Amino acid sequence: MSEALQIERPKAEVKLGIFDGDIHPTLRQTSDLYPFLEKRWVRHIEEYGFNYRGHPFDSTAPLYPRSQPALARRDAWPPEGGPPGSSLSFMRSQHLDPNNIDIGVMQVFSPTVSAEPNHEFCAALCTAVNDWQAAVWADPEPRLRGAVVVPQEDAAASVAEIERLAGDRRFLQVGMAPRCIEPIGKPRFWPIYAAAEAAGLPIGLHVSGFGGHATSAAGWMSYYAEDHPASIQTLQAVMTSLIAEGVCERFPKLRFIFIEGGWAWVPSLSRRLDKQWERFRTEVPHVKRPPSEYVREQFYYTTQQIEEPEVQAHLRDIIDQIGWDRMLFSTDYPHWDFDDPQTTFKIPLSKAEREAIFRGNARALYRL
Amino acid sequence: MTVTQSIDCDIHPAMPTTKLLLPFLDEYWANQIVVRGIDGLNLASYAPRLPLTARPDWRHGDAIPGSRLETIRRDALDGFGSSLAILNCLHGAQATFSEDLAAALCKAINDWLVVEWLDKEPRLRASILVPMQSPELAVEEIERRAKDHRFVQVLLLAGGDEPLGKRRFWPIYAAAEKHGLAIGIHAGSQNRIPSTSIGWTSYRFENYVAQSQVFQAQLLSFVMQGVFSKFPKLTLVLIESGVTWLPATMWRAIKIWRAMRMEVPWVNRSPADIVREHVRLTVQPFDCSGDPQEVERTIAHIGSQDMFLFASDYPHWQFDGDDPMPKGFSPELARRIRVDNPLATYPRLKELVS
Repeated sequence: MSEALQIERPKAEVKLGIFDGDIHPTLRQTSDLYPFLEKRWVRHIEEYGFNYRGHPFDSTAPLYPRSQPALARRDAWPPEGGPPGSSLSFMRSQHLDPNNIDIGVMQVFSPTVSAEPNHEFCAALCTAVNDWQAAVWADPEPRLRGAVVVPQEDAAASVAEIERLAGDRRFLQVGMAPRCIEPIGKPRFWPIYAAAEAAGLPIGLHVSGFGGHATSAAGWMSYYAEDHPASIQTLQAVMTSLIAEGVCERFPKLRFIFIEGGWAWVPSLSRRLDKQWERFRTEVPHVKRPPSEYVREQFYYTTQQIEEPEVQAHLRDIIDQIGWDRMLFSTDYPHWDFDDPQTTFKIPLSKAEREAIFRGNARALYRL
Repeated sequence: MTVTQSIDCDIHPAMPTTKLLLPFLDEYWANQIVVRGIDGLNLASYAPRLPLTARPDWRHGDAIPGSRLETIRRDALDGFGSSLAILNCLHGAQATFSEDLAAALCKAINDWLVVEWLDKEPRLRASILVPMQSPELAVEEIERRAKDHRFVQVLLLAGGDEPLGKRRFWPIYAAAEKHGLAIGIHAGSQNRIPSTSIGWTSYRFENYVAQSQVFQAQLLSFVMQGVFSKFPKLTLVLIESGVTWLPATMWRAIKIWRAMRMEVPWVNRSPADIVREHVRLTVQPFDCSGDPQEVERTIAHIGSQDMFLFASDYPHWQFDGDDPMPKGFSPELARRIRVDNPLATYPRLKELVS
């Protein structure tokens, strides 16, 4: 894989800058956050460290050992040292420049600060990560934009963080982890949605989080080969919760972006929701419209990692049903399952479709 | 005979009260049931009053719909013109914390199915209710029933405490394979863990919708744990799963398998091929809008015509009208789904039972 990526690629097709909805900047080391934290929390990190729910190891090692060290492309380790995603100059030369990324949205998961159960520490970490995104990445590199990471289990603190950064165009969305303690549509999360809607920020839900529950709907699995696809089940539950709890009805201007969760499952879930909404309608009278209408209006999907049907043409059937205006291109740089903008789509796209997915949809959504 | 044959692979007799089981329990358990007042064990997943649990015209004023043979005979067997139908008795026996109680209740329910249903109606076949809480006791129950070929399948609930592909469950699959019984996983949960990976839902609506995600996880578990590599003759039937979730799950499974086969080396061919060979799905509900094209598209995306089994899911309210067959199956495929596929899935259905 690394050799192939060093081959010079034709750039004609991406002459116009493209959008990338999923780029992962990484701390070189935890102390990178110290300038953005009070002394108290610096000391807390050094004495107590991070403490993820349902996490058995004294480290940030993944629950299921993954495919690659640091979950990264083998060629993504910066020449000057540090983990993949930690060097802006290398990110520019390896990704932003050659792939002609015009706007890239940062998703920070090293560490997954929103999963810290100590609520004060969690809020301080989220603020620090947001300030770090702005100062270390967005200020020197305006192509990179942040997601406002929020201490999502604490709605009041989350609202304060959103309001602190509302109107700051270095941030394009609010970032929440789909895996939380309770389904994310419940009323205790609503203040977050109200604040995001008021700030004109969509909610980005990148697969991640430590809610303390088994990561599949059938319990704790054994293998990464099961855990990785299970994140898609999680997003189905998230979509269901947001609709069933009435979040979509209550916040009609709010938009949700599902990041790295695939999307070939959307038409099926959408119809299942419609069908069972008819059956359970008296239980959820606050869901006023067929769920598929909320799905069609309020949800977007980043493309990576794209599903690969056995017959590639079937991918078109799926996007036709979801809507070509709902897809946002993403690479997941520098992770191992990176999607290359040149080769991601194995079906021919019309000029209009390509323009929508690689640029236009993001411009409309974020009002760029 | 062939022309009029139609096999309904999922109907639900209700076992309304443990009082009915007293004749089938040994002295100790009969005593326990009475002395301790052990009853009220209908599964929450299909609480009798839920609109989902019974179509209004199939309730017949019964407190527990599906509890009388004559209504099932009239509505389902005669009503859908079924030559054979498989009884899947959903019951909280599979959800008790006591493994011993589970085993006693499952054994009694299976006896009750024989005496009150199978012996009285020759068109009926049944799944073996097993105490899935204890694979060891489940195997005992399978061995007890296997010689009665009116039992064609071993029934498991989709929602347990661990994924069903895990090795602790494998003795169940070994016994099923040995006797030519399919493993049927039916929607519904022990409710020990939430039916979502994000916690307990507020509404039954969400919980039922989430069942298709539980099936996704169970299917991945069977494939990635290597159940079908270990038991190459085993058939897994996903009952009341919703069906249309399958293509996306297969595609994702192929993609992760390409990357991670080093982790699961026993998965030695494409997960899609494994699924097409070993997995079958009942067609009610079929999560689509009623547009025949959606059914056609799903069949094409799955890449198989052998995987679908005709089923009404009676008395669960999945469709209106008299025809459980979702629109979009060609007449030829509909015939296969009614007859050929069930016979291939459940070889015991081909036998004439004296």
